[in-house]
Amino acid sequence: MAGKVAEQVRPRVARREAEARVRFPRVDRFIPFVVLAPSVAAILVFVYGFILWSTVVSLSRWQGIVPDLTFVGFRNYATIFTSYRFQSDLRNTIVFTIFFLIGSLVIGLLLAVLLDSRVRGESFFRTVYLFPMAISFVVTGTAWQWLFVPGTPQEPTGLNLLFRKLGLPVFIAWSTTSEVWPGGGWQPDWLRVPLGIPLAMLPVIIAAIWQMSGFTMAMYLAALRGIPDELREAARVDGASEWQVFRYITFPLLQPVTLAAVIVLGHISLKIFDLIMTQTGGGPGFATDVPGIFMYETTFKSNKYAEGAAIAIVMLVMVSVLIVPYLIWRLRTETER
Amino acid sequence: MERSTQFGSSQQLTRRQLIRRTLAIGVALSSSASLLAACGGGAQPTPTPAPQAAQTPAAAAEDKLEIFSWWTNPGEADGLAALFEIFKQRRPGVEIINATVAGGAGTNAKAVLVTRMQGGNPPDSFQVHAGQELIGTWVVAGKMEPINDLFEQEGWSKVMPKTLLDQISYKGEFFSVPVNIHRSNMLWYNKKVFADNGLEPPKTLDDFFAVAEKLKAAGVTPLSVGGKDKFEVPHLFEDLLLAVFGPADYTKLFSEPSLWESDPRVDEAIEVLDRFLSFANEDRSALSWADAAQRVIDGTAAMTIMGDWAYGYFINKGAKAGEVFGWAPSPGTDGMFMWLSDSFGLPKGAPHRNNAIEWLKVCGSREGQDAFNPKKGSIPARTDPDRSVYDEYLLYSIDRFAQDALAPSVVHGAAANEAYMTEYGNALNVFSASRDKKQVKSMLIEAARELKT
Repeated sequence: MAGKVAEQVRPRVARREAEARVRFPRVDRFIPFVVLAPSVAAILVFVYGFILWSTVVSLSRWQGIVPDLTFVGFRNYATIFTSYRFQSDLRNTIVFTIFFLIGSLVIGLLLAVLLDSRVRGESFFRTVYLFPMAISFVVTGTAWQWLFVPGTPQEPTGLNLLFRKLGLPVFIAWSTTSEVWPGGGWQPDWLRVPLGIPLAMLPVIIAAIWQMSGFTMAMYLAALRGIPDELREAARVDGASEWQVFRYITFPLLQPVTLAAVIVLGHISLKIFDLIMTQTGGGPGFATDVPGIFMYETTFKSNKYAEGAAIAIVMLVMVSVLIVPYLIWRLRTETER
Repeated sequence: MERSTQFGSSQQLTRRQLIRRTLAIGVALSSSASLLAACGGGAQPTPTPAPQAAQTPAAAAEDKLEIFSWWTNPGEADGLAALFEIFKQRRPGVEIINATVAGGAGTNAKAVLVTRMQGGNPPDSFQVHAGQELIGTWVVAGKMEPINDLFEQEGWSKVMPKTLLDQISYKGEFFSVPVNIHRSNMLWYNKKVFADNGLEPPKTLDDFFAVAEKLKAAGVTPLSVGGKDKFEVPHLFEDLLLAVFGPADYTKLFSEPSLWESDPRVDEAIEVLDRFLSFANEDRSALSWADAAQRVIDGTAAMTIMGDWAYGYFINKGAKAGEVFGWAPSPGTDGMFMWLSDSFGLPKGAPHRNNAIEWLKVCGSREGQDAFNPKKGSIPARTDPDRSVYDEYLLYSIDRFAQDALAPSVVHGAAANEAYMTEYGNALNVFSASRDKKQVKSMLIEAARELKT
């Protein structure tokens, strides 16, 4: 750079910085710790401390109002994993997560690509698509529950009423069927629930996608806007079709955003509670039940604190399986930089 | 930002920096302090005796009374207010804190109550279902004060039925004051639908199937069942269990858990339930009990089996008793009264104990019960009510309660503890969807393990 000027300036600056350090030496070193200490302490206690506490409770015999921390090993885990309800919870969580992730990502990307083509009234559409995210899952659940109440064949309600009015012959039991698709099939002895997709889960997945695809759209839109036009222009000049530009230029550049979205949506779906609680309450049977609801009812309805804690720990492990590799990857790429 | 100091007057800027940093510290400290406070309030394992300690000065303490319940709906809230009125007359100047928590059948309220009790911050008195919900959850845990003196002083043991007294006592001591009785084994039917098809309300299980067949042929849903609040099908099943077992053997199911596995009548009851459900609406998991009851007064369904709070619902909806709808004991349970009761107890460490005792006296008094029950749509737990304040159905129920064989309800906390209630409910909710008889049997046997206390 402008070597000469820098050479003249640098010693002066260094001296002043040194003076400044001399004048406030302890404060400067002290301040970051003071500022960070309370939140570190709070996190240590209220995050890690309580994780530890839950683990201790999950290994205890505590059932009922009075705490009983007698160690019983993994008995509570054995109880929940062999129960019909928890097995169906795990199946439902996997189904929900897969469909919810794919649905939100695909629809979000689609909306973002459409908006990115500079449509008129873009900000209007952006607001419309983002708006569901501003609504609580509880509201979403209640509203979609009304839509999916099937009614009777004589008197359909909700969406079924709409279908009937439109002259469509369908009568779908929506959220009240307990069927699992494809049903039947291979089911080992230890497994108490049929594997497959519980059909009653689909209304819940639709509501969840409705709520969160605006979020993925916003993320993708920001990413698309961040891709320099020169890159795409260069490709077009080289004779690439629009699809090829998207496939070979745009799409690969969206990968980091996709990963971030997967992490955010993934932990939401693994811990989901409010949406399902309000929309189906986990029913019919346990076709839409998830570990969050099971944990709530076990702990606060049956007062089985030890088993409730065990469910919570399993949920924590599920989320960690998703988050920890991401954190490691982030850490590695950041140190490489 | 740091870079800009290079060419500026360093002294001035560092001072500004200093000010900014001190501000930042202040903000960080105060926000983390409020975070700590917020977390401390919600944190379960750390007891928070602070608010209680602040109230202990005797003079300030006795001018308040905090009553905890889940009575927020019309009817029940009015009944509670009527009890408050009487209390205010007896103790003018005492401020009543009405700590109600809304939510289906008290689920939310119970969770809040547990947190408060564990945190050492009990209300002065709280609503609890008489029976195992009281004994198995609270008394066994040593959280309640026995109130024998009060029963003796007020003479309640003489005016309440023995079956009920047995259910609120543990090792010879009384633990709560029942304010009302509900009956859960009731059949409600649409008068017009029955008249149009020339039918009589079914008395036995066989009657029911005959009636249901005819209604089905006529294109009416014979039986309207809910399921959204997860207690409706378990409720139906306990009525069928009562019909199959009879009151004595039914009650035994909860003191001898092995019967669930060994007694063939359990399979019979499951079979009956399966047949009942084959006459019921398919969309039950989306309906609450009230939605199901609504179909009966609308005439799209003919019958529903529900507790007598359905009566209050019908009346509230403007349906005339005896004209639009009629009632009968649920099929096969004539002469049997499946009861549940709301009661109030005295938690250990109640902050305003004297007022709480006065409150319990109001709850147990004839005056209090006759003010409360007509509004709530239930009958008094006392056998000496003022009959002039009750309407047609409640008088019928008062008479049945005095004559019939009594049996405690599972779903409503009289027969078994909460852990069992949940497991039993789970089994039947799964069955309502899957209709797998083998599975429900095994889940019921599993649930029975929760019964040994």
